[in-house]
Amino acid sequence: MFEKIIFELLQGFGNTLALFAITLVLSLPLGLLMSFGTMSKFKPLSYLCKGIIWVIRGTPLMLQVLLVSFLPKYLFKVYNKDVAIFLGVSTNTLLFIFVAVAFVINYACYFSEIFRSGIQAISKGQYEAGKVLGLTKTQVFFKVVLMQVVKIIIPPMSNEIITLVKDTALAQILGVVDLLNAAQHAVNNYVILTPLLYAAIFYLIFNGILTLLFGRIEKKLSYYKV
Amino acid sequence: MAFLEVKNIYKSFGKTEVLKGVSFNLEKGEVLSVIGSSGNGKTTLLRCLNFLETPDSGEITVENRVIFPAQSQKNSKTANPLTFGMVFQNFNLFPQYSVIDNITLAMNVVGENKLKASGVKYLERKKAMRKIKEENRQAALGIIERVGLSEKINNYPCELSGGQQQRVAIARALALNPDILCFDEPTSALDPELTGEVLKVIKGLRDDNRTMIIVTHEMAFAKGVSDKVVFMADGVIEEIGTPSQIFEQPKSEKLKSFLSALKKEEEV
Repeated sequence: MFEKIIFELLQGFGNTLALFAITLVLSLPLGLLMSFGTMSKFKPLSYLCKGIIWVIRGTPLMLQVLLVSFLPKYLFKVYNKDVAIFLGVSTNTLLFIFVAVAFVINYACYFSEIFRSGIQAISKGQYEAGKVLGLTKTQVFFKVVLMQVVKIIIPPMSNEIITLVKDTALAQILGVVDLLNAAQHAVNNYVILTPLLYAAIFYLIFNGILTLLFGRIEKKLSYYKV
Repeated sequence: MAFLEVKNIYKSFGKTEVLKGVSFNLEKGEVLSVIGSSGNGKTTLLRCLNFLETPDSGEITVENRVIFPAQSQKNSKTANPLTFGMVFQNFNLFPQYSVIDNITLAMNVVGENKLKASGVKYLERKKAMRKIKEENRQAALGIIERVGLSEKINNYPCELSGGQQQRVAIARALALNPDILCFDEPTSALDPELTGEVLKVIKGLRDDNRTMIIVTHEMAFAKGVSDKVVFMADGVIEEIGTPSQIFEQPKSEKLKSFLSALKKEEEV
């Protein structure tokens, strides 16, 4: 029975891991773009980005997940099962996509504020030094500023990313079988509580690895001061 | 025509007029010091020359090339911005790069831009770039030797003293071999005992006939190193002359009171 439970949990963990990875990979660049948007001198763009961030940070992620799943019906008057057929995916995959879309948008907003704080912490002198050396704005950003921003934002980023690991449990609101959801099924099926404990251990190990990883990155970047 | 001609530069920030018609000439190989109390536009003048600020009006020419105003928008981007080099008060070294990388960074970018412009294919460019980087490294090592930091090439800025950091900043500015090198109060952020090493490097550059503009509060240094001294007050050049004219026979009342205030300070 133990093996069976662990197998089921691993299947749930697969979804958890996929959601985590997809959210991270997509929301980091999107967040960077949004931070540029909020810092833009073009006011309408800046206000638009700030407005989006206000709405997304001001409402529960769970609500956003639900809302995304209702969007096709409300906007285009199509049922989700038709959307799934149109996209050529199973209904389960479609639900996973809904969750991922909500997660990506939500986390992009949080990341964009972290990026903004990091970018604005870089002194004007760094940009000026780059400029008088003949570097273009893009070159200054990628060759001079970015590495310093990375160093500054590692601690808040690790915070946010560890929160993301635990937030993946919200996927079950649409019936996606994530780690916690799988554990709950096991609790019901086998009438024991230990699957919840196992799930906790899974989360702990995952976050432990992430903590070690971020610690290493921080150590690696400790050779310079910003 | 003089090497550098600055004509009637005006610059305001909002309602505050900082530069109210600044004009001067500089010959090749000459050293110009700019003195005056704080808030009189010295730094703004340097920043205008380096395009860190855009003058409201006026004209800047170097070797008969009009640097400002730029002929067109396109021109302002392609115009060689490296006519001027700048050394900042706060060094502004790139903290994540070692001393040698701070110096070669811009050299490599220039090399890469040239390669790209020449239309070489990607793979060949990679190869050529490796060669250019090695050449730049060798050139940088020579420059680092000149500022006396050969043992520190692999150190990071945070491991250096203020004086050493400023010497790296000077080396970084020299690496692109600008026509005119500007210093914005290069020793103001340094402990008194560290100013000497930086001033020595600048003096060494004068002996190489490098054209320089130095904003400074070190009067003895300005006196010793300059061919010309400019005294700025209230956004205009109040007086310009040789060091002995400025320091020994000041004409304007403002310069006289500025110098006597300094003297009193020294006596205290």
